[in-house]
Amino acid sequence: MEAWFALLVGVFFTVAVYLMLSKFIIRVLLGVAVLGNAVNLLIFTGGRLMRGVPPVIADDAQVLAGPAANALPQALILTAIVISFSFFAFLLVLSWRAYDDLETDNTDEMRVAEPVNEPAPPLGY
Amino acid sequence: MSRRHRWDTDCVMAASTSPPLDLSAALVLAPPTAAEWLVILPVVWCLILGALLVMMRRNVSLHPVIAIVGLAGLVGIDGLLLLEVIRNGPLTMVMGRWLPPFGIAFTADLTGALFALIAALVALAAGVFSIADINDSGRRYGFYPLLMVLMAGVTGAFMTGDVFNLYVWFEVLLISSFGLLVLGSEHEQIDGTVKYGFLNLVATTLFLVATGYLYAVFGTLNMADIARKAEGLRSNAPLMTLAGLYTLAFGMKAAAFPVNFWLPASYHTPRVVVSALFAGLLTKVGIYALIRVMVMLLPVEREELSFVLAIAASLTMIVGVLGALAQSDFRRLLGFLIISGIGSILAGIAVGGPGGIGGAIFYALHSMLVMTALYFASGIAMRLGASASIVTLAGLYRRHVGFAALSLMLCFAVSGLPPFSGFWPKVMLVKAALDIGAWWLAAVLLLAGFLTTIATGRLFLLAYWREQAVAVGETPPLPAATLAPLAALTLLTLVLGLYPEPLLATIQDAAAGLDDPSAYRESVFPGGWPQ
Repeated sequence: MEAWFALLVGVFFTVAVYLMLSKFIIRVLLGVAVLGNAVNLLIFTGGRLMRGVPPVIADDAQVLAGPAANALPQALILTAIVISFSFFAFLLVLSWRAYDDLETDNTDEMRVAEPVNEPAPPLGY
Repeated sequence: MSRRHRWDTDCVMAASTSPPLDLSAALVLAPPTAAEWLVILPVVWCLILGALLVMMRRNVSLHPVIAIVGLAGLVGIDGLLLLEVIRNGPLTMVMGRWLPPFGIAFTADLTGALFALIAALVALAAGVFSIADINDSGRRYGFYPLLMVLMAGVTGAFMTGDVFNLYVWFEVLLISSFGLLVLGSEHEQIDGTVKYGFLNLVATTLFLVATGYLYAVFGTLNMADIARKAEGLRSNAPLMTLAGLYTLAFGMKAAAFPVNFWLPASYHTPRVVVSALFAGLLTKVGIYALIRVMVMLLPVEREELSFVLAIAASLTMIVGVLGALAQSDFRRLLGFLIISGIGSILAGIAVGGPGGIGGAIFYALHSMLVMTALYFASGIAMRLGASASIVTLAGLYRRHVGFAALSLMLCFAVSGLPPFSGFWPKVMLVKAALDIGAWWLAAVLLLAGFLTTIATGRLFLLAYWREQAVAVGETPPLPAATLAPLAALTLLTLVLGLYPEPLLATIQDAAAGLDDPSAYRESVFPGGWPQ
C-alpha cells in the first residue's frame, strides 16, 4: 500500500508545483494548499500504513507484538494541518486585498513595490 | 547531573492494581532546577507579554512601555542564560517531563544562547525605535503583541532541541512577521507581503517535507538523538537527500541565491522599524537552522555538499552586492547587502571546521547588529531628507553631523573594514578558506567586501556629502527614540571591533560544541542513551 501512497504523494506534488508555477495568484494559492496536503500525506505514509492494528501493548509484554502504524506522524500532521490552514486563510485574505487594491491577480503586473523603470543611481554629482 | 536521579518508584504506584510501573523509565522525576527554567523562560516570557498586550488592546498608549520593559527583561534573561551556559555547558529542559527522545527537549547551547541574546538586543533597540516610528493606528493594529510573538518564535527556534518543534517556531515567527509586514496596508506593503508570504510558506513547507523524511528515516526528532543515530544510518539511508532538502529550505529562509528574490521584493515596504527587525532576525534564524542541522546533525553530508554550498555562497555574495550597486532606493540597497552578508555566512558553513563555523557565527551576529542599525539609519535619513532615493537624497551631513558620523561607521562595519565588528569574522572566514586551499572563495569574500565598500561609499557620498541642490528647509527635529538605538547598536559594533576577545573566545567554544556535540548530547541524555 505504501507504494500506491508514494505515487499519490507524487501526483499531489506535481499538481502543486504546476499550480504554483502559474502567474495568477489564486492558482498559486490553490497550489500551496495542495502542497500542504501533499506533505501531510507524505508524513502519514512515512509512519507506516496498517489497517485495524491498535498499537496497544499487552499486559504481560514490554513491546508491541507486531508492527502497527506509528501514531506520532499523525500528531505531526495534525499540527501541520492547523498551521497550514491558518496560513491558507491569511493568504486568501491577503490575495483578496491584493486583488482589491492593486487591481490585478497577475503577479507579473504587481510592480508597486518594485517599479519597472526605476532611475539608475547617479554616476556623479 | 543529578537531576535525572532515578528513584525507586514502586512505592509511588502502590495504589495501582496493575504491576508496579517504573516511572523513571519514562519521566524525569526530579523537579527542574532554577537554571533549567532559564531555557524555557525567554519563550514563555515573550508569549505572556504578547498575550498581555493583546488583552490591553484598548489601552495602546501603555503598549510601548510594557513592550520595552519586557524586551529589556528578555535581554536580561538571555544574558543570564548565556552566562549559565558558559559556566556549566549546555542546559536541557524537557516538556511534560517525558524523557528524551520522547519528550520535546529545549536545549540551550552556546550557539543558541549567543543568537538569542543578540536577537533580544536587536529587538530591544527596535522597541525603542518604534516609539517614534509606529503611530497610534499601528499600535491599535497590534504592532507590539506581534513583536512579542515574533520574539517568542525567534527565541524558540534558537532554543529548541527538536526538529519538528523548530518547524513550529518557524511558523510562529512567520505568521507574526506577516502581520508586521502588512502593518499600514499600503499598496506597496500588500505587494511585498504577497511575495514574501507565498515564497516563505513554500520554504517552510519544504522544511516540513525534509522533516517528514527525517522522521521516516531516523524514527526520532530529537536533535541529540539524530546526531547519534546518523553514524549508523549513513551507509544505507538517504541522508544526502535530507541534507539537500534542508539546505534548500533553510537557504530559502536565509535568502541565499538563487532563492533570494522574496527579500528585495518585500523588505523595503513595511515601516522602518519592521524592516530593521526583519533584517536582524529572520534571515539569521534560517542561517542558525542551517548551521544546526548541517554542522551538528549531518556533518559528513555538509562536507559532501561543501562545494555546492561554496558556489551558492559565492553567487549569493556577488549577486547581493551587485544588486546593491544597482539600487537607488536606500532600503532596497540595504536589502541586497543583507543577501551579500548571507553569502559570507554560507561561505563559512561551506568551509567548515572551527574557523569556518566560528567565522559564520560571528558574521551572523555582527550582521544582526549592523543591518538593523543600517535600517534605522535609512529611517532617520528619510525623516531628515524627506526622500528614500539616493537620486534625490542629499546634504544629510550638513543637517545632522552626529547622525552622519554614525552612518559612516556603519558603512565601514558592513563592508568589513576595521575597527568595527565586521572585520574579525571576515578575517576568520578568509583565513579558513585559505587554510583548506579554497583561494577562489577567499578572493570572492574579499571582492564582495570591496564592492560593498563601493556601494556604501557611494551611498555616503551622494546622500550625506552631496550639497542639496534646492533650498534647504528647516531641519525637522530628530526624536531621541530614533537616534538612541542607532547610537547604541553602532557603539556595540565599535566595541566588538576594538575588543573582540571575549566574544571571539565564546564563539570558538560554540563552534567547537557544534563540531563535537558530546556536551550537547550529555545534557539531553545524562548518563548515557536510553535502552
